Amino acid sequence: MNGRIERAEAEGISDAIAVERTLAGERDAYRVLVERHSANVFRLAYRMTGNRQDAEEVVQEAFLRGYQKLRQFAGNANFGTWVYRIAANYAIDRMRQSKSEESRREHPSKRREDGIEADPMALARDPAPSPERLASSMQLAEMMKAALNELTPAERTAIVMRHWEGCGIEEIAAVLKSNSNATKNTVFRAVSKLRKALEPFAGAKTAARAMGTE
Amino acid sequence: MMKHFTEEELIGYRDGEPGKRKAIASHLRECAQCREDLQRIEEVFVALNAMPVPDPGEDYGRRVWLQIESRLPEKRARWWAGWFSVGRLATAGALAAIVILAFTLGRISKRTAPESDVAAAGQVRERVLVIAVGDHLGRSEMVLMELANARPAQDKNKLINISAEQKRAESLVEENRLYRQSAWSQGDSAMNSTLDELERVLVDIANSPEEITPAQFEAIQKRIESRGILLKVRVVQEELHDRGGTLDGAPKEKRTGTERSKT
Repeated sequence: MNGRIERAEAEGISDAIAVERTLAGERDAYRVLVERHSANVFRLAYRMTGNRQDAEEVVQEAFLRGYQKLRQFAGNANFGTWVYRIAANYAIDRMRQSKSEESRREHPSKRREDGIEADPMALARDPAPSPERLASSMQLAEMMKAALNELTPAERTAIVMRHWEGCGIEEIAAVLKSNSNATKNTVFRAVSKLRKALEPFAGAKTAARAMGTE
Repeated sequence: MMKHFTEEELIGYRDGEPGKRKAIASHLRECAQCREDLQRIEEVFVALNAMPVPDPGEDYGRRVWLQIESRLPEKRARWWAGWFSVGRLATAGALAAIVILAFTLGRISKRTAPESDVAAAGQVRERVLVIAVGDHLGRSEMVLMELANARPAQDKNKLINISAEQKRAESLVEENRLYRQSAWSQGDSAMNSTLDELERVLVDIANSPEEITPAQFEAIQKRIESRGILLKVRVVQEELHDRGGTLDGAPKEKRTGTERSKT
């Protein structure tokens, strides 16, 4: 026995055993946890940050912090949920920092390289987006991406955790360091902002239906 | 005039909020405007679902591990911090004394037998390890024996406090890890294997609640018994004792780990 956990064995051991072995000094046991949970954490991180590079950094940092804090992990808890929360906490800190840096810089125009207006509220005010343009699901996704970018870090975290990850209000509140009522309001606010941002699309669909083009 | 529900109420309804579910459901059957508002909200979630997330790839977990492995701290802070707790200073002091003793003996043997420097220093180091591991096994054996031989009260509802054994096991886990790694690096697979098994039992004890039910206590006893760890520890202690005698150049009278710990 050389202390390394071989892949075949690694696939068989539970999270609890891997945590126990890591705590007992087998650093390699932590590999099992990293390999098992990375993809899930990546999905959360990508939805929160909106880009791959940031998401990958969040994943790495979450597992590094998890290793350092492993003794604080309660043995009867779920490691996946625990590291997930660390990732969400780190992602929201990172988003807040990035937003605050962004606000310090001057933005004479929010027009992006591809020419699409990044401000979803501006999109909402667009008087005549053509139905053909808006009917495309890619454009809808693009519009939604822009709208998500306009949410505050707390709103984005709340909608990502609530809608995509199915997290409970209490769990989201813990990440946001807020209470349940305020967290519920954050979710409502996020949905409301997204709905307003998608109004042009909804309007265009109605128009397309009326014109028989959809 | 019909009273419509607010956007917030409709979002809550869509989200499964229990508060006004019946009233909203009933209202939605009658009100086309609120149905349309709810439809708009639903479209937000449909659009969210349409947002693609790139596939990080099948070997993503392995890549993450490769990226972070070298950045994981070699020795975690809590581990070192543990050594500075009052209860462990004595152990740390004893280990330090052993190392200093080994160093001193090494220097003496170097002066007196310069032609066999390397062999003598190696013997001294091994002797120190033998003494230290023997002592560690003796103390581990005592904790296991105390738990294995205890006969708790028959009252099934009465909790048993094992916090003292827990603290000792926690301290022994950290020592054990050092000795196990040392045995592994020296290619001593038998020692490594026994220490590995011992560590699992000690971790079980260290991670148990401070107060446990008689049933949980019995489960710990069964774990100790089923792994035969006490016997294995005694066998290794005997081997260490023999090895110690060979290193000293004269066989020693055999003692049990328990006896050694008492000295």
